Amino acid sequence: MPDALALTWNQYRLERRMFWRNPSAAFFNFLLPLLFLTGAGAILAGNQHQLNRLIPAIAAMSVMSTTFTALAYNIVFLRERGILKRIRGTPLPALSYFGALAANALTNTALQIGIVVLAGKLIFGIGWPRDWAGLIVFVLAGVISLAALGVAFAHAIPNFESTAAYVNAVFLPVVFISFYVFDSHSAPGFLRQIAEALPLKPLIDGLYGAFITGSGLGNQLDALAVIALWGVFGLYFAVRGFSWEQRGG
Amino acid sequence: MTNTAPAIEVHGLTKRYGEREAVRGIDITVARGEVFGLLGPNGAGKTTTVEILEGYRARSGGEVSVLGHDPGSRSRALRQQIGIVLQSGGIYGHITPREALRHWAAFYPNPRDVEEVLALAGLQAQADARSRTLSGGQLRRLDFALALIGDPELIFLDEPTTGFDPAARHAAWETVRNLRALGKTILLTTHYLDEAQALADRVAIVKDGRILAAGPPRELGTHQPAHYCVTYRDGSGQSVELQTSDPTSLLNELTTAALARGERLHELSVARPTLEDVYLELTADA
Repeated sequence: MPDALALTWNQYRLERRMFWRNPSAAFFNFLLPLLFLTGAGAILAGNQHQLNRLIPAIAAMSVMSTTFTALAYNIVFLRERGILKRIRGTPLPALSYFGALAANALTNTALQIGIVVLAGKLIFGIGWPRDWAGLIVFVLAGVISLAALGVAFAHAIPNFESTAAYVNAVFLPVVFISFYVFDSHSAPGFLRQIAEALPLKPLIDGLYGAFITGSGLGNQLDALAVIALWGVFGLYFAVRGFSWEQRGG
Repeated sequence: MTNTAPAIEVHGLTKRYGEREAVRGIDITVARGEVFGLLGPNGAGKTTTVEILEGYRARSGGEVSVLGHDPGSRSRALRQQIGIVLQSGGIYGHITPREALRHWAAFYPNPRDVEEVLALAGLQAQADARSRTLSGGQLRRLDFALALIGDPELIFLDEPTTGFDPAARHAAWETVRNLRALGKTILLTTHYLDEAQALADRVAIVKDGRILAAGPPRELGTHQPAHYCVTYRDGSGQSVELQTSDPTSLLNELTTAALARGERLHELSVARPTLEDVYLELTADA
């Protein structure tokens, strides 16, 4: 279907243009992780062991914020503003539309991972990633899984005003638990079990392997399996509960 | 396209939301090139009916055909031939009307010219302004423009002028008349009687999910119990008002009697029931 592909590309270009025209979205997507990187980097300067662990964790957080957070926001915004409903009334195929939204999120992820990789090499002395294939596989798995979870989570958010509260109620604890368990050997067992079962900690493990140890995908299959399971769960609920319009509207 | 089959055919349409029956058996046939108005109070089932025809909602029962398609199957071929003005449809805040129209045009096989549609909708002056800076009326015109860019055969207008000032309403009416002159079929919902009267070739009055009356706005009510109203001032200057369903014989009686008394019936008038009378009588809560 070359026509559907052309429409996807057309829609993707529109989404990119709209993204850059919205200064606050561009800020939260790029400047905030950069600030995080700079701040944490400054505090840990000279502690190479800590930096080696921090950079992959920030990369994983970037994947989550550009997919899960950004898509939950986006979908709720588009739904509550009536843009989804308007799009649904046109001949634009739904797959083209959501393909473009996903490609838009993937572009932001790729840009952020690029920034983290460059900063890791040029500023934080962790060198280039040891395992590029592992990096690509884990980033892609993370994108698909967390993007689907973001869309699925949007169904639970009743209106645009409460989006920040809902998203942060998930994003912040998940980041906190995952970072803590990843960083600390003395984390309580139950916390470790929770973190291992959530998608972010396995993503950090996978990216740590790709960036620092080069342990290879073969040693990371458990982590990949957890991310994939969340992906299946996310895709199922993303499609099943999808609402094109405001509830009660 | 010399298709003479009706643009819209609806038989026994029903829609249930759980216990609530929003639509309870509606029949509509809209001919090609016709402007058909669905008139009724809020919550009558107008929007539910239209959204079933647009393919937004699944019906609970009945037969529906829109340009020969079942809208429930959501075929792309159908969506290429219809234009929809929703009651409230949003748009990206950072897009300009010209960009939006160019982008939407790519969805359709034979779109109209972007500049032409900007002119038709009266948006030339705002063509390059971000949509978030447009007024409510200008956004509504953008809704029109986006619905027309694909050069649709059939256009759905769901309360197109709610919230408009009188000048903007008349401008919107002009647009609808222009579309009709182009041979487009239009299904319009409104709760403004004058709008239905001014635009629609035929109207159906909807209440509680049923059609109470249907026909051309001028004829609507002549079959109804609503009465002709005869008023005059008698010889003593007293104003008299009489209701009848048979004005011919009443006038004959009155004038014969007056002439026999050597009087004149001052300010004599016979008023046909207006659409408003019919509407108010039909939609009044019993």
